Amino acid sequence: MSWLMIALPLLGAFILLVFNRFTNRWGHLLGVVMSLASFAVAVLAFVELLGLGEDQRRQAVTLYEFIPSMKLNMGLLVDPLSISFALLITGVGSLIHIYSIGYMSHDPDRRRFFSYLNLFVAAMLLLVLSDNYVGLFIGWEGVGLASYLLIGFWQFKPSAAVAAKKAFVVNRVGDFGLLVGMFVIWTSFGSLAFKDLGAEQIGTASNGTLTAIGLLLLLGACGKSAQLPLQSWLLDAMEGPTPVSALIHAATMVTAGVYLVVRSGVFFEASDVASLVVTIVGVATLLAGAIIGCAKDDIKKGLAGSTMSQIGYMMLGAGLGPAGYAFAIAHLIAHGFFKADMFLGAGSVMHGMNDEVDMRKYGGLRKYMPVTFATFIVGYLAIIGFPFLSGFYTKDGIIETAMEHGAWMGWLAVLGAGITGFYMSRMIFMTFFGEKRWDKDAHPHESPSVMTVPLILLSIGSIVLGYFLIMDNRLMHFLAPAVGMPEHVPVPHLFSTTTVGLSTLALVAVGAAIAWMKYGRAQVPAVQPRGSFLTTFARRDLYGDALNESLFMRPGQWLTRIAVYFDNRGIDGLVNGLAAGIGGSSGRLRRLQTGFARTYALSILIGAALLTGALLLVGNI
Amino acid sequence: MSSLWLPILMVVPVLGAIVVALLPKGSDKLAKQVTLLVSLVVLALTLVMAFQFTGAPGDRFKFAATYDWIPSFGVHFGVGVDGIALVLIALSAVLVPIVVLASWHDASGVKAADGTVVAPKRSVKTYFSLLLVLEAMMIGVFAATDIFLFYVFFEAMLIPMYFMIGSYGGAQRSYAAVKFLLYSLFGGLLMLVAVIGLYVVAGKGTFMFPELVGVIQDPATQKWLFAGFFIAFAIKAPLWPVHTWLPDAAAQAPAGAAVLLVGVLDKVGTYGMLRFCLELFPDAAKAFTMPIIVLAVISIIYGAIVAIGQTDMKRLIAYTSISHFGFIVMGVFAMSQVAQEGAALYMVNHGFATGALFLAAGFLIARRGSPHIADYGGAQKVTPLLAGFFLIAGLAGLSLPGLSSFVSEFMVMIGTYSSPAFGSGALTVAAIVSAVAVILAAVYILWMVQRTLNGPTAEPVKAFKDLNAREVWVLAPLVALIIGFGFFPKPLLDVITPAVTSTLSNVQVDNPAIAEKGAGQ
Repeated sequence: MSWLMIALPLLGAFILLVFNRFTNRWGHLLGVVMSLASFAVAVLAFVELLGLGEDQRRQAVTLYEFIPSMKLNMGLLVDPLSISFALLITGVGSLIHIYSIGYMSHDPDRRRFFSYLNLFVAAMLLLVLSDNYVGLFIGWEGVGLASYLLIGFWQFKPSAAVAAKKAFVVNRVGDFGLLVGMFVIWTSFGSLAFKDLGAEQIGTASNGTLTAIGLLLLLGACGKSAQLPLQSWLLDAMEGPTPVSALIHAATMVTAGVYLVVRSGVFFEASDVASLVVTIVGVATLLAGAIIGCAKDDIKKGLAGSTMSQIGYMMLGAGLGPAGYAFAIAHLIAHGFFKADMFLGAGSVMHGMNDEVDMRKYGGLRKYMPVTFATFIVGYLAIIGFPFLSGFYTKDGIIETAMEHGAWMGWLAVLGAGITGFYMSRMIFMTFFGEKRWDKDAHPHESPSVMTVPLILLSIGSIVLGYFLIMDNRLMHFLAPAVGMPEHVPVPHLFSTTTVGLSTLALVAVGAAIAWMKYGRAQVPAVQPRGSFLTTFARRDLYGDALNESLFMRPGQWLTRIAVYFDNRGIDGLVNGLAAGIGGSSGRLRRLQTGFARTYALSILIGAALLTGALLLVGNI
Repeated sequence: MSSLWLPILMVVPVLGAIVVALLPKGSDKLAKQVTLLVSLVVLALTLVMAFQFTGAPGDRFKFAATYDWIPSFGVHFGVGVDGIALVLIALSAVLVPIVVLASWHDASGVKAADGTVVAPKRSVKTYFSLLLVLEAMMIGVFAATDIFLFYVFFEAMLIPMYFMIGSYGGAQRSYAAVKFLLYSLFGGLLMLVAVIGLYVVAGKGTFMFPELVGVIQDPATQKWLFAGFFIAFAIKAPLWPVHTWLPDAAAQAPAGAAVLLVGVLDKVGTYGMLRFCLELFPDAAKAFTMPIIVLAVISIIYGAIVAIGQTDMKRLIAYTSISHFGFIVMGVFAMSQVAQEGAALYMVNHGFATGALFLAAGFLIARRGSPHIADYGGAQKVTPLLAGFFLIAGLAGLSLPGLSSFVSEFMVMIGTYSSPAFGSGALTVAAIVSAVAVILAAVYILWMVQRTLNGPTAEPVKAFKDLNAREVWVLAPLVALIIGFGFFPKPLLDVITPAVTSTLSNVQVDNPAIAEKGAGQ
C-alpha cells in the first residue's frame, strides 16, 4: 500500500499536466487533495509500523523487476528512517500546498505550479522510500527536475531561467559522484539494494573501496544539499516562487543529501576518512552559510544562507555515526518546520509588500502583519536555539555529540550558533522593527487565512518538535531499527547546564545583542553601505561564483570554442586544405561547390587512415 | 520450415511504395494517406510478430526464411531475427508512421528564415514513396542473416536517403547529401572487400552468417577482415574521427528524414559491430578493444563538448548523437552482459529520444524557418505545449532517470565499469570518464532550452501557433514510449538478454557480469 503514497501525487501531476487548461479552475484543489491523501497514507503506514515489534520495522515491498540481468528490482522500504521523511514531506508539503492557493492566487499559471508541486512530492517520496540506490536516484533526479521547473517557474525572467539551469547543472556534478559511487558499490558487492549492503556484507571490501564509496556518495549529497563545494546554486534558486523555496529549498529536497549519508551509514561507519570528510564539509558549510546570511539584504537569500548553514549542522551530525544520526534527523525535521515557517512568513511579507524582497525597504511591519510576525518570531526563536524550543534541543544535541568527537568541530559549531543568533536577529529587526522604510506604493496587510493557518501550524511544530523528539531519546529509539543505536546513549535534559550548552546560549545572546545595536537601536540605512572587506566577501557569497567561473566556466567556454573550431576547421579543414593543395584549385566557395566530391573522398580516406592507424598502433595487425 | 513474417514485412512497404509512386500527379494528399496507412499496417504486423517472439532456446534466429538467390556464389536471401534485430525492426516500424505524420508538409519545401521557401527538386509523392522503400530496407538490413544480403541493404539504403536529403532538404542540401553518400560509399567499399575476403578465406561457399561464426581462426586474417567491417560501421555509426558527415546531413535533411537517419540508419553501424565484428572475428575484437574504447570515449566527450558550442539546433542534436553513439560503441566492446544489453537497449531508446528531439525542434524550426538558436527565445510563453514536449525530449537526451535513455546509459556505464573482461583498470577509467558526459549533457540540453524556450519572448516567436492535433499525435506516442520504457524496460530487456548471451558466448566471453557478480547475491 505504501506505493499509493507516491502514486497519488504522481497521478495528480499527470492529470494536471495532461488535461492542462481544462483543469485550470480546480487544479490547485486537486493538487492539495492529492498531497493530503498521500499524507494520510503516510500516517497509516506510520501507525502500522508502530504496531510492529522493533525487529520487524523494515517493511520491504518488491514492486516489479527493473533490470533483470542486474538482478535489480523496483521496491519500497518502509522503515523508521523513510517514514520519518515521508511524514515530513507530505505533512509540511501539504501545508505548503494549502498556503500556495493563496500565494499563487493571482498567477495565471497556478495550475501548472500545482502540477509541479505534486510531481515534486511524488519524486521526493520515491527518493526516500526506494529500497535501492537506483530507485533513490530516479527520485533524486525527479526532485532535481521539479526543482528546475519551479526555480524557473517564471522562466520569462532571464535570471530565473539561468538560476534553474545552474541548479540542475551543479546538481549534476554531484550526480556524477552518486553515479560512480553506484558503479563501485555494484561492482564490489553485486547489488544496489540496501538490504544486501549491511555491515557484514560490506565487511569484505578494502578500506580504500569503502572510502571511495563514501566520498563519491558525499559528492552527490553535497550537490543536492548545497554543501561546499557545490553550494553555489542554492542562493540563485531563490528566483523561484517563495512556497517553492520553503518546500524544496529549505524543508525537504535540500535535506536529501543528509538522508543519503544516513541511509548509506554503513559505508561511512566503515571508513574513518569518509566520515571525517563529512564532518569537515558540515562544519565548513555551517560557517560559510552563516557568514553569507549575515550580509544579505534580500530576505530570501538571507534565509537561503541560513538553510545552507543548518544543513551543515545536519551533515555534521550525519558524519558522527549512530550517535549523531538521531540528532541530525531530529534537527532536519525541526528545521523543516521552522524554516518552512519563516520562508512562508517571508512570502507573506512579500505578498503584502508588492513582492519586495529587500529588507532595507521593510521595517516596522509587526503592527501591520501580526500573525505573520508572531509565527516568524516563533521560527526565529526555534532556529537560534532559544531554550525549550525545537532548535534548542536538536542543534544542541549535534553540538554536544560533535564535541565528543573533536573539540575543534564542537567549538566551531558553537561559533556557528552565535553567528546564527546575529543574522537571524538582524533579519527580525530589519523586517519587523524600527522605522518604515517602505516604497511609496507599499500597503502592507496581513495575508488571508489560507496562508496564515499553515503558518500557525508550522510554528506549533517549531515549538514542540524538538522537545518531543529528543526527550527520552524518542527519535533515537524509533530510528534504531534502521540506523542502529550508539554505544553511549546520551541522557537528554530539559535544560542542559553543561559548559557547551551554556556557552552556546551565551554566544547566541551576544550575536543577538550585536544585531540589536546595529539594526535595532541604530537606524538601518535604506541604501546598502559599502561595508568592509569581510562584508563584501560575505555579500559575494564568499566568492563561490567567482571561483566557479574562473575555474570551470571560462576554461569550459574556451574548450568548447576550441573544440568547435577544431571540428569545423581541423578535421574537415585539413581535408579541404589538402584537396586544394593537390587539386590546385583556389577559392573556398568554388571548392565547396565543384570540388567536394574529391574533397570528401579525401576526407574519408584520412579518417579511415586515422582509424586504421589507431587499430594498428595498439592491436598490431 | 520457412516463416513468411519477415518477407511480408519487407514486401508490404515495397508494394505501398509502388502504389504511391504510380498515383496520378496532384494526388499529394492521397499519397500521404496511403503511406501512413501502409506504415501503420507494417507497424501492426511487426507488433503481432514481436508478441509471438520468444527468447526461448532453440534456433538462434526466429522467423527464419532462406531462399536461394545467386546459387553459384552461395548467396541467399536469408532472413531471421534474434532479440536485438527484433527490437531494432520494431524501432523502425514505430518511427516510420510517426515520421510520415511529422513530414506531412515537409516534402513541399523547407521554409527559410527570410520567409522564402527552398523548393523541393522532386514531387511530394516521390518523397513518401522513398520513405516506404527506405522502411523495407531498414527492416531488411536488420533481418538479413546472409552477409551479402546485409551488404546489399547496407548500400542500397543510401539511395532513398540520398534523395530525401538532396532533393527535399535545406539550402545546402546537395553539399550535405553528397558528403553523406561519399562517406558511406567509401565505408561500404571497404566492407565489400572484407565480405568477399571472408567468403574466400572461409571457403564454405556460403554467405550465411550462422555458418560463418567461428570459422576464421587465424588471428591476422581476423584482424584485417575485422578492420574492413569496423571502419564501414564506424563511419555509419558515426564514431570520432569519421563523424563529420553527420552534422551536415542531419542539419540539411528534412526533420523526418533526419529522424530516420540518426534514429535508425546510424544504428546499422553499431548493430553491425555487435553482430558481425564481434561474432565473426572474436579474437580481433578483443585485440582491438582498447583502441576502440578510447575512440568511443573520445566520441562521448568530444561530441558533448562540440554540441555545447553549436548555434544551430539540428547540428546540436546531431553532435549529441555522436556522444550517444560513443556510449553504444563502448557498451558493445566492454564485453560484459550488462554493458552489451545496455548498448542494444540504447540503440532503441536513442531512436525514440533523438527522434522526439529532432521532431520537436523541427516543429519549432518550421514555425520560424531558422535553425539558429539565437533566432528564438521565450517560446514557452507562446507555445506551452510545444515547449513541454521539447523539454521532455531534451530531458530524454540528457538521460534523465525515469526516462528510457537513462536505463540504457546506466547499464552501459555500470557494465563497462564492472567488466572484468580485460583487466578491470582501463574499462573502469573509461566508464568514469564517460560519466562526465552526464554533466555535459545537462549543459548542452538545458542551455538550448534556456535560449529557445525561456526568457523574454522574441518578436517573431510571438506569432507562433502552438502544436496542432497532428503534431501532438507525432510527439505523444514517442513521449509515452520514453516514459514507459523508463520505468518498465523489462519487455525490451527480456528479448535482448538471450541474444546478448548468445553473442557473448560466440565471443567466448561467458557472461562475466552474471557469473561473477550474480554469485554475490
